[in-house]
Amino acid sequence: MILISAAIVVIMLLAAAAALLFKNHVAAVASVGILSLALSLLFVILKAPDVAMTEAAVGAGLSALVLALGLRRLGLWQIEHTDTTRRGITDPGSQRDA
Amino acid sequence: MRNLASLLFAAGLGFLLMVFGLQFDFGNAPMLVGQAIQSAAPDQVGAANIVTSVVLGYRGIDTLGELAILFAASTAVGLILGNRHTSTKQDPDSGVILRAGGELLMPLLLVVGLYIILHGHLTPGGGFQGGVILAAAFFIPVLARPSTHLKHTGMSLIEGFSGAAFILIGLAALYSGGEFLQPLLDKGVIGNLLSAGTLPLLYLAVGLKVGAELAGLLAHLAAAETSES
Repeated sequence: MILISAAIVVIMLLAAAAALLFKNHVAAVASVGILSLALSLLFVILKAPDVAMTEAAVGAGLSALVLALGLRRLGLWQIEHTDTTRRGITDPGSQRDA
Repeated sequence: MRNLASLLFAAGLGFLLMVFGLQFDFGNAPMLVGQAIQSAAPDQVGAANIVTSVVLGYRGIDTLGELAILFAASTAVGLILGNRHTSTKQDPDSGVILRAGGELLMPLLLVVGLYIILHGHLTPGGGFQGGVILAAAFFIPVLARPSTHLKHTGMSLIEGFSGAAFILIGLAALYSGGEFLQPLLDKGVIGNLLSAGTLPLLYLAVGLKVGAELAGLLAHLAAAETSES
């Protein structure tokens, strides 16, 4: 059990370092979501399912969503590095309809 | 120089945490109050989920404080973001896959959220977790079709009434001779859906308030975003 916990902690540390090092803002937000998801798994292993549900719903879901909406509002929502046009949260296919 | 200083700070903080962490057994809390609550809570509160009996029974006023903080935060977000300009153009509706997925997911998320709220005193979960899922259920249609609007007046009515209901249940306990937010009504059989007195009602109020508040906040954040383009 302690090996699984250690693996989860390593994943969390890697995700946290990735969130700092990624140049792409969307990738950084996604790695913060991965960090929260791994943390909720760790809470399940530590027999705290209540906290795990809160972490999964608030940390991985809601706060990542709020960060993503904030990126969108600031015009930093860019999937590709070279793409300088502002892009919505919808997929590129819907841009044709506009 | 600044990088070196922050590196030193991070290393020191890590060392400190490691020294503290090595003092304890992994996963065993060195506390006595937890054991005391675990032995006393099923008889005193009647909730099968001990966490709920702590959150709403023994520490109900903390939960009220959390609700107040959430309310202040969402009000502040609403004040900062301001209202959407009516003349700004909307995002186009998303593709057919996202729209169909949103319509499929919304009732499922509603059921899951209500289940988690109503079974908060029996299984892990409760008002906050279920409320966030309810908020997601109401926000997904907005993501799929940005032209739809959540009714802000309805949202704030639900939010206000459920917040008031939480405080009124607490005041009712005060009026009937107990402490503020002390569980009332019959405890019932432990493990039944209708048990633990007023705890399910309190969690329903918390869930509706959190759900309405966060759905309103997310819709506000999503709507205000195109205002300058």
